[in-house]
Amino acid sequence: MSSVATPPAPAGAPLTKKVLVADHPTWCPGCGDFAVLASFYRVLEKLQYPHEKIVTFAGIGCSSRFPYFVNTHGGHYIHGRALPFAAGISLGNDDLHVFVFGGDGDGFSIGGNHLVHTARKNPRITYVIMDNFVYGLTKKQTSPTSPIGFKTKTDPTGAMDQPINPMRTLLNTGATFVARSHATQVNHMTDMMLRAAKHDGFSVVEILSECVEFYEGAFDAANPRKGGTWSMIDEKKNDGSPEDAARHDTSDELAAMKIALEPWPGKFGVYYENKSRPTKNALEAGLIARAKEKTKNATDLQLLQSTFAKLR
Amino acid sequence: MVSPNTPETPGGGTSPSGAPRSIQDVVIRLAGNSQDGIQAVGGFLARLAGRSDQDVMTYMTIPSTISGGPSIFQVRMGTGDILSAGDRADMLVAFYQHSYDAHISSLRPGGVLLYDSDHVTPVAGDNRFTHVAVPITTATVEAVGGTGKDKGKNIFILGLIARIFDLDVAKLSALIKERFGGRNEDIVRNAMLAFDSGYAWPQNNLRDLFYRFEAVDQAGGPAPSGRPQITVDGNTAVAYGLLAGGVRHGAGYPITPWSSIMETLRTELPKYGGIFVQCEDEIAAVSTAIGFSYTGQLAITGSSGPGLSLKMEALGWAVMAEMPLIVVNVQRGGPSTGMPTNVEQSDLLQAIYGSHGDAPRVVVSPKNVEDCFYIALEATRIAREYSTPVFILTDFALASRIEAFDEPDLTTLMVSPKADLSTRGADFKPYPLDRITRHAPPGARIESGKYPTVTGLEHDEMGHPTGSPKLHTQMTIKRREKIKALGAALPAPEHTGDPEGEVLLVTWGSTWGPGREAVGRIRPAGVKAGHLHLRHIHPLPNGLEAIFAKYKKIVVAEINDEGLYGFGQLATLLRARYANPDIVSITKTDGLTFKVSEIVTGLAKYVGSQKLDGTVGVSSHSALAKST
Repeated sequence: MSSVATPPAPAGAPLTKKVLVADHPTWCPGCGDFAVLASFYRVLEKLQYPHEKIVTFAGIGCSSRFPYFVNTHGGHYIHGRALPFAAGISLGNDDLHVFVFGGDGDGFSIGGNHLVHTARKNPRITYVIMDNFVYGLTKKQTSPTSPIGFKTKTDPTGAMDQPINPMRTLLNTGATFVARSHATQVNHMTDMMLRAAKHDGFSVVEILSECVEFYEGAFDAANPRKGGTWSMIDEKKNDGSPEDAARHDTSDELAAMKIALEPWPGKFGVYYENKSRPTKNALEAGLIARAKEKTKNATDLQLLQSTFAKLR
Repeated sequence: MVSPNTPETPGGGTSPSGAPRSIQDVVIRLAGNSQDGIQAVGGFLARLAGRSDQDVMTYMTIPSTISGGPSIFQVRMGTGDILSAGDRADMLVAFYQHSYDAHISSLRPGGVLLYDSDHVTPVAGDNRFTHVAVPITTATVEAVGGTGKDKGKNIFILGLIARIFDLDVAKLSALIKERFGGRNEDIVRNAMLAFDSGYAWPQNNLRDLFYRFEAVDQAGGPAPSGRPQITVDGNTAVAYGLLAGGVRHGAGYPITPWSSIMETLRTELPKYGGIFVQCEDEIAAVSTAIGFSYTGQLAITGSSGPGLSLKMEALGWAVMAEMPLIVVNVQRGGPSTGMPTNVEQSDLLQAIYGSHGDAPRVVVSPKNVEDCFYIALEATRIAREYSTPVFILTDFALASRIEAFDEPDLTTLMVSPKADLSTRGADFKPYPLDRITRHAPPGARIESGKYPTVTGLEHDEMGHPTGSPKLHTQMTIKRREKIKALGAALPAPEHTGDPEGEVLLVTWGSTWGPGREAVGRIRPAGVKAGHLHLRHIHPLPNGLEAIFAKYKKIVVAEINDEGLYGFGQLATLLRARYANPDIVSITKTDGLTFKVSEIVTGLAKYVGSQKLDGTVGVSSHSALAKST
């Protein structure tokens, strides 16, 4: 293995979409995921992280093909378990910027428990859930967000189980950044992903991303071009104005939950952010620092030798 | 006097009144409840042995109930090599009636029953044993006083045992002070009061029980290393082996008997700058561990029983993505919740073939507690060198057993755990068809600007998905051939006894000790027998067929079921691999380690010319019996 020191990136060579494009996406024409991908390129262009420090990871599903289409370090893991894998990446190397992409099946069904516990741990990860309310890769089965009555191959007479309310679920997990967007709103979506990426902790963005093949028109209710209503969260500006009192305080969990309980199609924007809770990365680093202080920065060899001496 | 657990040798003799009788080794079983601190007594004796010339092996059962309930600790100590926990006890210490009822059958005729007369009434007129009544509870209460009730009974017994076996009181006292010294003075003082009281107790027929371990001629054995001995259990040894091997990251979920490995690593790793994550479940644990490995730092996950089944899908990914990983399986009785605090070797085929698809990986297994350290260290080297998951198959017996062994020479063994984040050249490929995979972890620049993906989909050399029949064939071969290359590089397995003859005993894992002792017993009886022990099970080392060809029968002893076709799991594998019908099986599923006599009896079936029974080479009476 080459041990040559890393040559500096060519001066001023920015990370552009051209550099970031990889395989041609395998999604169906018209799929909402194309727009998410295009927005993600824009996010990376704005962030200008060192190329080698970006990691794009995913589980299984149509949307989880994402990492093949982004030229960064990355990978495609097993169904529903991308979050604990990503926690290993983030905690294993704190210098990295870890993005996880997945769908509603990955996030709310098979990986539901991981969502809860990753939120508990609060590692530095940005998780984008491309929610299409249907299992598309396996060709139209009921998903955890399919509305009651939606006809699928596994529910030919219509889905009967109560769908997950993603915002309510995410707020309950204690995720420290929770936002919602729509694949037809490119600027909004880019802004949400950008803020999520800059959040210090576990940030989640749910993006309604239409499956034109198996659930056409699913999100028209929030799409003005299709006669729907696009309603954004009006965030508090702390400008002292009288109208500011009515605006949403993103640090207010209860207020966030109230918005989450609004009827379909609900609001889009940042529901909640907690800027004070320490990340798992920071907590573990603190544990290490205290342990090192206690052992007076002994070398690994000295540490194990002294342990063995106590076992004599 | 002759030791019951070692081959018959002349020597010993009745002791003149008051003088200690000479013994080579003794098996003491302590039976009480799990809160009585019986394990602590075993620990003290083990560590004492580690600081003396004696060798020691302990055997422990604990109930899977949380607290209370029966618990035993069996310690075999003596001079020279101790290979097994001892088939039967020479002394039984019974704290309660249920301890007596459940364990009196484990006491050898002529053995000593030492019981707490406050709680136990032995069967009247049972002349098979020397009965020694000691009011352990009241004596402890009197000695310690205060409000501690009978807390300290274990240390009282330790004092008594120290007196009976002429153990080094100065060293034991030092150990007690070290153990309790971190807490308040009262605890040390009470412990020493209980110890001294036990040591001074002997009266009545206890005065006749006085033994001393005889010095044995160690000539011909391995030269002493000159290094001090350390005393640990198998789980601790695994954890330290991984630390020495440069593992600084891991993730797990609690399950018996694996948990203490993750507890040790969670405590130790931060000192080394590492992280151990307790996850929400087994799947998250293996996933987080693979995530750590992906960052260029070999990581460990582990579990027992059902936990391993949960990890199997992720393991398939690690094989496909060729990610290095250590998976420790502390085997217990199965399937399902099975026997959580008993031993079994029934996860071998799962370790080799579990998961889905063709998923070759490496499986190794330690032979004793010392080897838990060295196999863990070796597993880290293999995982890195072959970029592969490596299973370490240990078991409940090793996990809970304490042995004393030479302190490993860390100055030559320690591995530095640095991740290689150097820039990779323009020709970098994560999955080259003509070489073993060497991943570029995130953080490493790729000169070509083409960044790799790691994936569970069949992929091309850059890690991008492919449906090509040709590539799936080539990549399957690539994943298989690197494991075969390891097989060719493995050292020859440990092969002792007669190099050719009637029977070859084959063992793996913790069955090494009783297996070796069994072959050691039957050879003096005129049987030409060898012993082959396999630490590397998948891949197998090359050349076994040549060894097998030198024996009429190859008998594989393992703690699992003979299955539908009459052979244990390793035996099934060896029969398939070598197409040799002379490979046969000794199996059992009672949740206990092999007794030497069980293996001897099993071998007897295949030894035509000699008549063997389980007691060959063994005195029929206890080491502690008065008569010669």
